[in-house]
Amino acid sequence: MNILVCISNVPDTTSKINFTDSDSKFDKNGVQFIINPNDEFGLTKAVWMKDSNNASVTVLTVGDSSAETILRKCLAIGADKAIRIDCEAKDAYSVAKEIVSHCESVKYDLIICGRESIDYNGALVPGLLAGYLNYNFITNCVSLEVESEKAKCAREISGGTEYSECDLPLVIGAQKGLVEESDLIIPNMRGIMMARQKPLDVNKAQNINSRAIDKKFFKPEEKSEVKLVKSDELDKLIDLLENEAKVI
Amino acid sequence: MSVLVYSESENGKLKKSSFETASYGKALAEKLGSKLICVSFNCSDSELLNKYGADRIIHVESSSLKEFTAKTYSHALSQVIENEDVSVVILSSSADAKYLGAYLAGITDSSYLSNVVELPESLNPFIVRRSCFTNKAFSSTEINGGLKIISISSNSYGIKENNGDGIIENLDLNEVSTTLKVSNVEKQSGKVTIADADIVVSAGRGLKGPENWHMIEELADVLGAATACSKPVSDMGWRPHSEHVGQTGKPVASNLYIAIGISGAIQHLAGINSSKVKVVINSDPEAPFFKAADYGVVGDAFDVIPELINKLKAR
Ligand SMILES: Cc1cc2nc3c(=O)[nH]c(=O)nc-3n(C[C@H](O)[C@H](O)[C@H](O)COP(=O)(O)OP(=O)(O)OC[C@H]3O[C@@H](n4cnc5c(N)ncnc54)[C@H](O)[C@@H]3O)c2cc1C
Ligand SMILES: Nc1ncnc2c1ncn2[C@@H]1O[C@H](COP(=O)(O)O)[C@@H](O)[C@H]1O
Repeated sequence: MNILVCISNVPDTTSKINFTDSDSKFDKNGVQFIINPNDEFGLTKAVWMKDSNNASVTVLTVGDSSAETILRKCLAIGADKAIRIDCEAKDAYSVAKEIVSHCESVKYDLIICGRESIDYNGALVPGLLAGYLNYNFITNCVSLEVESEKAKCAREISGGTEYSECDLPLVIGAQKGLVEESDLIIPNMRGIMMARQKPLDVNKAQNINSRAIDKKFFKPEEKSEVKLVKSDELDKLIDLLENEAKVI
Repeated sequence: MSVLVYSESENGKLKKSSFETASYGKALAEKLGSKLICVSFNCSDSELLNKYGADRIIHVESSSLKEFTAKTYSHALSQVIENEDVSVVILSSSADAKYLGAYLAGITDSSYLSNVVELPESLNPFIVRRSCFTNKAFSSTEINGGLKIISISSNSYGIKENNGDGIIENLDLNEVSTTLKVSNVEKQSGKVTIADADIVVSAGRGLKGPENWHMIEELADVLGAATACSKPVSDMGWRPHSEHVGQTGKPVASNLYIAIGISGAIQHLAGINSSKVKVVINSDPEAPFFKAADYGVVGDAFDVIPELINKLKAR
């Protein structure tokens, strides 16, 4: 079984968000990049499936050479092979089209994405892939078992869980629950050494025009000072919520 | 050209988010000088959309749309889109709508943008403001391409009444075949979910242990609120994962967010930035959360919460 895990290279969760070029670009200066957390849950699941389903795991990112650090980390975690499609990731549409074009030459039974990237939060790439490739699609995926070309999945829905079954090929959007935080694999020395021997291919991009162009970024307005209420004057809090904020 | 709104329903009734998407759709249609078409599936009260300005209401009743799947719903919507001359499709930001939106964009080869927070600032080129970096920033984004699909962030535009005169038009669609079958849905009934709640009561490690959550649940009950928690609380298994809010958990866009015994780490704040009013109850006056709050109480949750419940009940 052939698994593709799509990896997005995102700013660490503690990063200060700033912009350059008259607020038209994200300022990468001093920002540490990490594997998108949702993708890391997906990657861990894929690595498990190497044992349970005799799977081979390819990780792929669409991005410039700076993304190779996290691809090496994915190899150290246990992926067999890495591919970087060499272009700047401009928008979800162009990223998805690059991945679709790759998937037309190499067939995968299962494509694992994250539910959304924590930078642009589009929640777009996995659905676009499934739509363009006409694969089955489950996002917010919290459980997955594959047996003889059939998948059993669970999806987190508002207030509960939905269980479904489908044939492969399948695209999922992974999130916490697919594996737990404590299951995440921290690469050890051996993994890191082995990763150096594993292939990291750089493929030429199709250079597809983007459809969503960020013109200008804004920061939220500064918050006004908090209004403190004494803990023995809770009537005042209720009054403020009722009559000033009008939320209860 | 028309603006088409997918009006979500649950158990045959429109969801509240459908009134916001219709309100937004109407305002957009007026800007574009076009009509607002609302489409609903297996929904018995779609005439309510007239209150928010629907010019036409398309109703589809089909057993193949009984269970929601991105594929069946997208194919149904794409048939409606093909029949009508649609320029923009409006969706909510519910988990289902986002599940559907990206797939629909794929099969119709359109441009999709999620987390839109305002009406377009320009129509040609089409530029809308969306939130990004988990609500730490906004972007004015130009969308190109023919058909545009946008998801509206919940509570960002609001519900606005408007006179509509849509007559319900029944429509039959072709079924699409899929091997994906929903086998079972487990859903807690009678509990407000984080996504739908106007008020969310959330608690963190300051509560000391799961046995103390009865007061959080009681406060939520009194307010008709959903309960939520910080990440360590769900990691330690005190509360289910589905309650974890933040950058790596659920986003909250409620009108009121009450945070009890949560320090206000950047990853937590990222998930709740788009909530309108924030109240923080924390024993440490230096807790970073106070900087992000509208109202605050410095005090011990074990004193403040029971007292607050009593006062709210006595109202
Ligand atoms: C990659 C990554 C992703 C993360 N994603 C998230 C996320 O999505 N969501 C999230 O929440 N966190 C996330 N975190 C964790 C985050 O950094 C914080 O560790 C976490 O939010 C802290 O949770 P807390 O406020 O409940 O606990 P603490 O930081 O321990 O704070 C407890 C608070 O309770 C107060 N307190 C104690 N006793 C009382 C009392 N009796 N009455 C009132 N107040 C009291 C204390 O003053 C303190 O402020 C992430 C971290 C990383 C590294
Ligand atoms: N540049 C990229 N290269 C590879 N995969 C990506 C890229 N951007 C996004 N993805 C995948 O798509 C998922 C959703 O991303 P998004 O649509 O940006 O929210 C991510 O979790 C990744 O799995």
